[in-house]
Amino acid sequence: MSEPFKLILKNLDEPGYTPDIGCYQRHGGYEALKRALAMPARDLADGKKLSPQEALREDVKASGLRGRGGAGFSAGLKWSFVDRRSGKPIYLICNADESEPGTFKDRQILHKDPHQLIEGMIISCWANDVKLAYIYIRGEMPHAAKLLNQALKEARAAGFLGKNILGTGYDLEIHVHRGAGAYICGEETGLIESLEGKRAYPRIKPPYFPAVLGLYMCPTIVNNVETLCHVKHIVLMGPAEYAKLGTPNNTGTRIVSLSGDVQKPGYYEIQVGRVTLGELIFDKHFGGGLKPGRSLKAIIPGGSSSKVLKAGEVFKLNRKGADGQMTKVDVPLLDLPYDFDSLQQAGTMSGSSAIIVLDDSRSMVETLGNLSEFYAHESCGQCTPCREGALWLAKATHRLCHGEGRKADADYLTHIAQNIQGRTICAFGEAASWPVLSFVKKFRDEFEAQGAADEAAHAKSQGTSSPRSSDPRMTAGSPQTH
Amino acid sequence: MSAPAAPSTTPAPAPAPAAPPVETMTVTVNGKTVQVPKTMPDWQGKPAPTTMLQAAKIAGVDIPHYCYHDKLPVAGNCRMCLVEFGTPMIGPDRKPVLNEDGTPKIAKSVLPYEPGTPRGAIACATPISPGMEIYANSKATQQMRESVLESLLINHPLDCPICDQAGECKLQEYSVQHGKAGSQFVEAKVHKPKAVDLGPRIVLDDERCILCTRCIRFTRDIAGDDALGIVNRGSYNTISAFKPGHFDNNYTLNTVDLCPVGALTSKDFRFKMRVWFLKETKSLCTSCGTGCNITIGSREGAIHRYEPRENDAVNGPWMCDSGRLNYRWVGRADRLKEVLRLSAGGTRERVSWNAALESAALILTQAPQGSVAFVVSGRQTNEELFLLKKLANHTGALTDAVARDGEPDRLLVSEDRNPNSNGVRLTGMAFTEFGFNLLKIADGIAQGRIKTLVVFGEDVTRAGIGADLLAKLDALIVSDILPNATTAAATLLLPGAAHAEKRGTFVNVKGRLQKFHKAVEAPGDARAEWEFLHGLVHSLTGQNGYRTIEGLFNQMAAEVPAFAGLEWARVGDTGVAVQI
Repeated sequence: MSEPFKLILKNLDEPGYTPDIGCYQRHGGYEALKRALAMPARDLADGKKLSPQEALREDVKASGLRGRGGAGFSAGLKWSFVDRRSGKPIYLICNADESEPGTFKDRQILHKDPHQLIEGMIISCWANDVKLAYIYIRGEMPHAAKLLNQALKEARAAGFLGKNILGTGYDLEIHVHRGAGAYICGEETGLIESLEGKRAYPRIKPPYFPAVLGLYMCPTIVNNVETLCHVKHIVLMGPAEYAKLGTPNNTGTRIVSLSGDVQKPGYYEIQVGRVTLGELIFDKHFGGGLKPGRSLKAIIPGGSSSKVLKAGEVFKLNRKGADGQMTKVDVPLLDLPYDFDSLQQAGTMSGSSAIIVLDDSRSMVETLGNLSEFYAHESCGQCTPCREGALWLAKATHRLCHGEGRKADADYLTHIAQNIQGRTICAFGEAASWPVLSFVKKFRDEFEAQGAADEAAHAKSQGTSSPRSSDPRMTAGSPQTH
Repeated sequence: MSAPAAPSTTPAPAPAPAAPPVETMTVTVNGKTVQVPKTMPDWQGKPAPTTMLQAAKIAGVDIPHYCYHDKLPVAGNCRMCLVEFGTPMIGPDRKPVLNEDGTPKIAKSVLPYEPGTPRGAIACATPISPGMEIYANSKATQQMRESVLESLLINHPLDCPICDQAGECKLQEYSVQHGKAGSQFVEAKVHKPKAVDLGPRIVLDDERCILCTRCIRFTRDIAGDDALGIVNRGSYNTISAFKPGHFDNNYTLNTVDLCPVGALTSKDFRFKMRVWFLKETKSLCTSCGTGCNITIGSREGAIHRYEPRENDAVNGPWMCDSGRLNYRWVGRADRLKEVLRLSAGGTRERVSWNAALESAALILTQAPQGSVAFVVSGRQTNEELFLLKKLANHTGALTDAVARDGEPDRLLVSEDRNPNSNGVRLTGMAFTEFGFNLLKIADGIAQGRIKTLVVFGEDVTRAGIGADLLAKLDALIVSDILPNATTAAATLLLPGAAHAEKRGTFVNVKGRLQKFHKAVEAPGDARAEWEFLHGLVHSLTGQNGYRTIEGLFNQMAAEVPAFAGLEWARVGDTGVAVQI
């Protein structure tokens, strides 16, 4: 089973495949849309009748599709939370603000197969009675924005978008909105604020759940690029067939962004849970192994904010035995199936399915320093624990990376991180603190050794000490201009 | 449509229909079970689901907070009000899970936070649910507060000794109550702009700012001037004016009150006085007819600041900048401080109050009926106007007051710039429209019919009775606070007291009777008008009034129909509505 399975990526890397509508249609494009719009109403066993839209929403729920953006929440359930009685318009936003470090899957779709996203979006909009939708695209992807606008133009000209789509009377418009380059714009409520023209401060929930009070205080669905593409395939395959892909509760396929110390970094589509972490790193179809002479040190399994896994770790996972009973089974790190639930049980997450592989040439202290600097730079600064804590973490790890460490810094970092996680408006607090907590917990010896070495060096050179830190922002704390 | 509003002459409106019963919910705060309404007013007064913070308040528990303010939209950013809480567990069968003793099992948050367990919640924005337990003082809650305070303090300059907010600073107060003495912080602090000129009245110290955004929300959502925002990112976030130096609407100083720390300071007040030396006196703003409730901060006879005092029936927690800064005249050097009388030789001599009041009584007793006129001010108190009305009745005098109008705004400033125009009307010293009798009085003086003019608190030379007319009078009895052309022409000058120097009541434009108290002493011989008017009324009419403001007010309430039934002691700090 340890082979790539191409569903979303089926066409886009084929030689000669171009992002225009002609090529897309030659490969069967927009057939799913035609099928969706022609869906009949459905009679249920209990006598209830589902409208075609309701039927499609039920199909998405039945497919088991989980969000591919990071949280892995059931897409069908998310749609079912939408307040359809408010009388307000319902908006759909495609979150194309892909910016989690290590993640580069959505950009493949945006650059090479924009019509797949647009078709998925139109179907999703139709299923949710959406008349106006947005693609919020990361500012650093200007070419993709151009391609999307071109693709939207083509779709409009072909009658797939705009007024009276395919003669069904259904109207939909989609706009592309480019972000201005902040990681926090990928947080769904921050994205909504940004789309409204404001500073991307995530909203407090309650009361501002997007399904009820989203864009312009109207019910809003925010879905990831890849998630929306899957909707098209659920229509084509039918929910039951789709759910056969992957594993129970972890259905379908996923595009994994593999980076770090492997032979073949890249993006690979797999059936969720049918490939292990070890296969992704070592199999010839995927990473192709570590660099010569190197050994595995750690894996960051789901984007930079997920908790790090240490080589050699063994996890207790719930497994259903042949008798149907749940039992705890020991699973070594490299045998972890790459899916939502297994990684969660291993104390981390599959997040945006970005795997960063670290070999024994890497210093965990320096790696954390890099990550912490990123999160300090990207904290929006709205709420206290993250605003102050993220920079505090960055300053502390910066010291450790520049000869100013202390033995006590391991506990110091844990203290700071624990006071961020679970106390912030959005999940950024966890994103900033989880790497710290897991790095220090699993590689404590490295942090303590670094601190001890610095202290010893300091004691030796006492009296002639001068600041050894190189980055003035980390010592003088001068205001940053962004 | 409801029935048309009853005409203002109808004494009592029909009783309001009984309010529908309030739906309640049971929650537990620190082990104390309380019934709280399901909905409570939000910042705009609209019913909204009751929050944990509101429920705790009902239970008598104050949850510390910085960004939350009951009259501003909820931001939820400071995280100071994070509390541990629990809710009844629901089993897979959708039924409550019970403990062995049959009580509902409560799912609680744990510390340190573990993914998948309930987190602490911000009390300001989290609605209560039935059976919820709020642990406002638990170990976990205290730890969360402690850590938020630590975060707020790591980059905060510890310059309390020279900070204007010291003594009324929430960061200080909560640090005492919930903080730790020491800090683990060993890094360099973030440095930000100091002494930023935000606008004509406001200076900002960005390093002291805790980014609660109260100022931003106030100016955007209350003042309607989206003038402030945040620039930069993360820990470098900095409050900034959209147009530097142009945060200049008429409500900017409210942001100084709202600022929980010493970031926003008033140019007028900064570095002037330690707040703990200030005596606080409940008073009213006299700059317009709105009658904003204020607290006067004074020390050793000098006023240092006005601050709004919350009254939802009048000004809420706000006041305008022009009213707030309109206090310096009280301490002006040229205040009228001496009782003066024009002697036979044509010079004005300083005389005692007794001598002056004897003269006044003599003039008014000897004046033939109809030869006296009174011009009073909408700045006098009800009690003073009540006594002046007695004098006017006794002498059969024409009376009037001087209108003082300006541009109203959409928030607090009234078109009527007199604080007590309604008091003038209700005591019968003027008609609804001021100025009608002024013409007659001017004419009477010109014709020689009116020989004695009594003026309180107005410069009549600017109200149609010029110096040439004043020169024709036999007697011009004037009481005022500051010198003007009328006081210069007075044959008898009685120096009065500013509102901050006396007690009394005003009726605002909406018909709210409110009392104010004495903050400082009047300068020199100046005296509260009601004190000497009371003696004058006694001399003229033989009626003995009361020597206390309480007694005088109660007598007025017995005689003036609009004030019927009122008692000084029962008029609270926020006043009562009267029929206007």
